[in-house]
Amino acid sequence: MTTRVARDRVTGTPFTRGLGIVTIAGIVWLVIFGLFVTPADVNQGETVRIMYAHVPGAWLAYLAFIVTALSSAMYLWRRTRSLTWDRIAGASAEIGVLFMGISLVTGSLWGRLTWGTFWTWDARLTTTAFLFVTYIGYLAVRNLGGTHHQRARRSAVLALLAVLEIPLVHFSVEIWNSLHQEASVAGNTDVTMDGLMLFTLFLGVIVFTLMYVWMLLHRQRALTLEDMLDDTGLDRALAARRTEAGVS
Amino acid sequence: MLRTAKTIAAKDLRIELRSRVIANQVIPFAALVMILFAFALDSDAVLERVAPGLVWLATIFSVFFIVARSFALETADGALEALRAAGVDPMGIFLGKTLALATQLIALEAVLVGASVVLYRADVSASGGVLLVTTAILATVGLASVGTLYGGLAAGAKGRETLLPLLLLPVVAPVLIGATRATESAFGTNGIDVSEGWPWLGLLAVFAVLFSVVGAVAFGPLVDD
Amino acid sequence: MTDVPAELRSGRFDHVVDVRDVVVVLGAFPALAGVSLTVDRGEIVLLSGPNGAGKTTLLRACAGLVPIERGHASVLGLDVSTERDAVRRHVGLIGHHNGLYSDLSVAENVRFWGSTVGASSAEIATAMQRMGLDGRLSDLPVARLSAGQRRRTALASLVARRASLWLLDEPHAGLDAEGRDELDSVLRAAAAAGATIMVASHELERAGSLATRHVRVVAGQVVPVSGGAA
Repeated sequence: MTTRVARDRVTGTPFTRGLGIVTIAGIVWLVIFGLFVTPADVNQGETVRIMYAHVPGAWLAYLAFIVTALSSAMYLWRRTRSLTWDRIAGASAEIGVLFMGISLVTGSLWGRLTWGTFWTWDARLTTTAFLFVTYIGYLAVRNLGGTHHQRARRSAVLALLAVLEIPLVHFSVEIWNSLHQEASVAGNTDVTMDGLMLFTLFLGVIVFTLMYVWMLLHRQRALTLEDMLDDTGLDRALAARRTEAGVS
Repeated sequence: MLRTAKTIAAKDLRIELRSRVIANQVIPFAALVMILFAFALDSDAVLERVAPGLVWLATIFSVFFIVARSFALETADGALEALRAAGVDPMGIFLGKTLALATQLIALEAVLVGASVVLYRADVSASGGVLLVTTAILATVGLASVGTLYGGLAAGAKGRETLLPLLLLPVVAPVLIGATRATESAFGTNGIDVSEGWPWLGLLAVFAVLFSVVGAVAFGPLVDD
Repeated sequence: MTDVPAELRSGRFDHVVDVRDVVVVLGAFPALAGVSLTVDRGEIVLLSGPNGAGKTTLLRACAGLVPIERGHASVLGLDVSTERDAVRRHVGLIGHHNGLYSDLSVAENVRFWGSTVGASSAEIATAMQRMGLDGRLSDLPVARLSAGQRRRTALASLVARRASLWLLDEPHAGLDAEGRDELDSVLRAAAAAGATIMVASHELERAGSLATRHVRVVAGQVVPVSGGAA
């Protein structure tokens, strides 16, 4: 009896446990390959190893963003309206902010070490930074309060607005840079990659994606439990209110 | 819906005429920002180069105040909620408030461009003038639409004074970029020719059309309970 | 003045307001814990009860302003959950706020609300006259009015908007004795002309003089009051 109740209160399932193990194994593999097995770059030396964290991080940030946008659309679509979509969107956004932060920081460090500058205004970096800020705004709006559906509707509309805004930002910065040749030099991330480095890069992308899925499943379930808590609280409060009035 | 929009735009503008908040507070604020920039940058050569950007930067900062004011008068006595409670078409509300906002913005921009011509010694030719006016119109439509949309979202919310800039700034970046570049050509700074400015209007036009349409559709769900 | 709207005349509905077992949740709090109530045309129903009992929420639920978690509510035969916009057009809710623009005059405010439904200037003049706002008051900015005058301006907007159901939350709050009497006579006249009015109020003395029926709201539920059916 107690075991069943305990099982209901955790967000892990056999699938996520298996996934977690595979992910950890993948991380170990990635670390070994990234830090030790792969060769240093001809031009950049050891600093190229940041790439194995930076590129997958950026990839994940954009994947999370797309997932948030798609789930938001699914929530708004009348036929599939369900709070599960809203929670997926929220969980994905939280993870996305995390990976975006990682991507921006590692990118800055890499830039500093390789080309001597922390930042440059190329289209990709600028768009990522703006996406980061947009997401923080999105998370702030999620915490404005109200019923679960109110939260879901507001955030869903906001997420879809972000889908519009990000390509616009990217596009405008790109045109701007193509007219001013200054910014292009530092943005050159050409790395002559041999087979092993390429493989490790793909490994990184896969491992990070597994991490994302694992975190998404857990976080989305945690959000579901939080919402359920609100609802259970409601049933209990309803009962309490009824007795309060002497009506049962 | 159009009748609603007209009624609401007229109401907003009449209130502004009566209370003069934008005229007496926001426009002086924006002019002050321009002057402070002049002090901070302290070099005529630099100022002339960045004048176009400064005009639009000051405009965007002012947008926060104008939008906040636009919705403050709605939430002061529960008018916006009363409007929604009365079943007034949200698209009409959006269009009306956007129109009023745009009108106030144009007035602001006129003052700022004038200020930059005086303070930063900007120089405008006839064709540059046409470019400038078109830029202002397109940029304004975009800013007004986005401002009304996000202003509605943040209206009455806790922390709205900081929420609004946080939400708006990333979104208006394309307008800042496009308007600045177009204005640069209009002013002839850095020897940029007027003809180079017109392509940027394409960006501004896309932004304006996109956000006025999307705003009209999204405004209702966003401000509803 | 506020006759049943033409588009609804052909439809059949038993009660102007028909609420059945409605549960409304605000955040996690069950503001209404299963409420049932019917109101008919021309009635003035007084909702009394302690603070936090749910009177305001009940009014807002009838106005289509809060989502209904469980149960069913209809106004003028229109379902409050699925036909919200239609319901809202025929309902006027005045609570702590009056929904007025303080920089505009009384006449401008009433005219604004009237124009949202395309009311003619004659209708607007009538609305102001019925609320005693024609004459000296009409051009004063709302900011300079007394609480009672603002209330009446808000009510004039309801008339101008052709609202058939008036939901008033503590309308007597902040009014002096004269203001309250003025308000009551105006409300009685409106009900006589066909409006249906629900008033939430602490003031039990009103039960006799103003209301045609008295309903008590306690802890999110409607409790029958002796001498009347809920």
